[in-house]
Amino acid sequence: MAMEDVTGRPPPKSQMRASPVVWARRNLFSSVGNTVLTLACLYLLWLAVPPVLDFTIFSAVWSGTTRDACLGPDKGACWPFIRANIGQFVYGRYPADEIWRVNVVFGLGAVALVPALIPSAPAKRFNLIFLLVIYPLIALVLLAGDRPGLRPVPTSEWGGLLVTLVVALTGIVVSLPLGIVLALGRRSSMPAIRMLSVIFIEFWRGVPLITVLFMASVMLPLFLPEGMSPDNLLRCLVGVALFSSAYMAEVVRGGLQAIPAGQYEAARALGLSYWRTMGLVVLPQALRHVIPGIVNTFIGLFKDTTLVLIVGIFDLLGQVRAQLSDPSWTVPQGALTAYIFAALVYWVFCFGMSQYSNFMERRLNTARER
Amino acid sequence: MTPIGWNNPRVRSFVYQASVLAAVIAIVWFFAATAQENLQRLNISSGFGFLDNTAGFGIIQTLIPYSEQASYGRAFLVGLLNTLVVAVIGIVFATLFGFLIGVLRLSNNWLIAKLAAAYVEVMRNIPLLLHLFFWYFAVLRPLPGPSESLEPLPGVLLNNRGLILPAPVFDAGAVAFFTAVAAAVAAGIFLVVWARRRQRATGKRFPAWRCAAALVVLLPALTWFIAGAPFHLDFAVATAFDYSGGMRLLPEFVALVLGLTLYTAAFIGEIVRAGIQSVGKGQREAAASLGLREGTTLRLVIIPQALRLIIPPLTSQILNLTKNSSLAVAIAYPDLVAVFSGTVLNQTGQAIEVIAITMAVYLTLSLITSLAMNWYNARIALKER
Repeated sequence: MAMEDVTGRPPPKSQMRASPVVWARRNLFSSVGNTVLTLACLYLLWLAVPPVLDFTIFSAVWSGTTRDACLGPDKGACWPFIRANIGQFVYGRYPADEIWRVNVVFGLGAVALVPALIPSAPAKRFNLIFLLVIYPLIALVLLAGDRPGLRPVPTSEWGGLLVTLVVALTGIVVSLPLGIVLALGRRSSMPAIRMLSVIFIEFWRGVPLITVLFMASVMLPLFLPEGMSPDNLLRCLVGVALFSSAYMAEVVRGGLQAIPAGQYEAARALGLSYWRTMGLVVLPQALRHVIPGIVNTFIGLFKDTTLVLIVGIFDLLGQVRAQLSDPSWTVPQGALTAYIFAALVYWVFCFGMSQYSNFMERRLNTARER
Repeated sequence: MTPIGWNNPRVRSFVYQASVLAAVIAIVWFFAATAQENLQRLNISSGFGFLDNTAGFGIIQTLIPYSEQASYGRAFLVGLLNTLVVAVIGIVFATLFGFLIGVLRLSNNWLIAKLAAAYVEVMRNIPLLLHLFFWYFAVLRPLPGPSESLEPLPGVLLNNRGLILPAPVFDAGAVAFFTAVAAAVAAGIFLVVWARRRQRATGKRFPAWRCAAALVVLLPALTWFIAGAPFHLDFAVATAFDYSGGMRLLPEFVALVLGLTLYTAAFIGEIVRAGIQSVGKGQREAAASLGLREGTTLRLVIIPQALRLIIPPLTSQILNLTKNSSLAVAIAYPDLVAVFSGTVLNQTGQAIEVIAITMAVYLTLSLITSLAMNWYNARIALKER
């Protein structure tokens, strides 16, 4: 093809920055139907957005220390209710002079988590081992305080965001290794092990989490010897961990199936044993493939932690419900305010995780395209 | 030469499997023995005899006749039906709404696409339980009483006792009318199948869809006039202190259907979007160059290929919705878990039997759904040469 000199010519139309009018005509009013749709949408927004903004911001009560501030006609969201109870929402009934322990756990977690999420940060292996093994142990000792020098705090006094994070983190820390083992079991060449893995995975995936939690709280004590009854939170943690490991197993299996058979064969040809083949060749590739799926499972797990309130554990949502029944704060708009607050907290966590998953997916895709 | 002893992979494999099996059996044995001991110590009877005992509690929504004198077995059935009705209605609404959201996200109208995307991101990142609490405790329960009912649509009342819809009332001749409807639908399906076979065999076309549509509209309409309007709607009317007539849906039911639908629709929307996007641009262009019209392209080229990718994840969303309907227990809708694993378990104390039955029900539902979907999936799977 002959080359022609294009210097000095205007850029092709598709690369030109459209003026707002052109953009609007192209994207909003390109045809009669589109114009009608756009106008209908604008009308809907006009109906929906002003009342929401009015309730949450303009008519909302921002100052005050008692419920009286929120009483009266045309008052919007009662934010003083949230401010007065924020301690309960974060720590539950954790003893006030021991709260520094929770804060240390939160801070340590944040410090360890941030470099783990940045792909280019150094010492990834040590970082992950710390986060998934050492950190949970430190958190357990600090929170429960079952050591000399620390006052023991029974789990019945834990609550709020603390319990939500404990349940989610336990689920994550247990479900990842257990899920990998189950996925390997499901793809094993040994029929008995394959069958056991399939039964385990399909059982937990076939029943709702609520029935699992009911089972953990009323049925599990019957299966344990007399006098050995773990506390309510621990029983729920076992249920959540087993439940989420079945889902994790299916995600990991997807990654294992995406690895070409040549990789297995090459590893065997080098004389690697089964565990070395898996640990050094297959799993590093398979897990990297399914990081988005793993993060999605974490998001599901984080949302599912709310279910523990049904068996009487006060997680963030449970604590919100509990504070709502506090007679010194009964206001008509209390429920709406509290649920908007809770929704915002959950949304920030889950949306953050899903954005991270999108980011990793894009990164993996560009790596693969290269 | 086969290796001897531990170096023989078959020996190793046998030993591994035998030891894992033995460990599993030992654990199960230990739990079973402990459970038996505990049951004897706590004096809890075992077995399923309790299902015949009198329940002695009321249920706020019953689709089959039920009274406090009925048995626990009957209460189980009531709960199961309540779960099924919520799941089926939720599945229908969530699928329809989810498809709409998925298509809107692909709209070339910027505003609509962004709104649909915002809907998905807001809804799916908030726990379902919070959705349910929001609709039940913050929206439906604080509604005014029956005398100050809201009327969102003519003939539909909304108050703190629930959503009151017009109730259909059947008069004489209704049987004939519904027979006519069924006959018309059957004839229409037959016509379409016959026309498709004939077109495949001979190439001759027949306006089957139009004829079938005419049949389905005209035949029932004719019967309607012959039978003299065999059914009408009974509209609810707000009175001074209450309302009369109509058909009441409990606020618990409405909240559950709303929450399940809006939450699951966000996930289905994403599945539909991914499915449609996966059909390559070349397919559309090829269809256009063959001279197919827009509608025909969609019906014969795009949708069949997109469905192949949509169906498997859609199945798991439908299963999720069914399992998630068990969150009903948190807002006191009498579903299977609330009635059986809740009230019945508390009254009888037979935890093992009750939980086992509940789990078996959900496992069966999962199994049936995935079998049905696998069958459908095999039918539409890509047939490679």
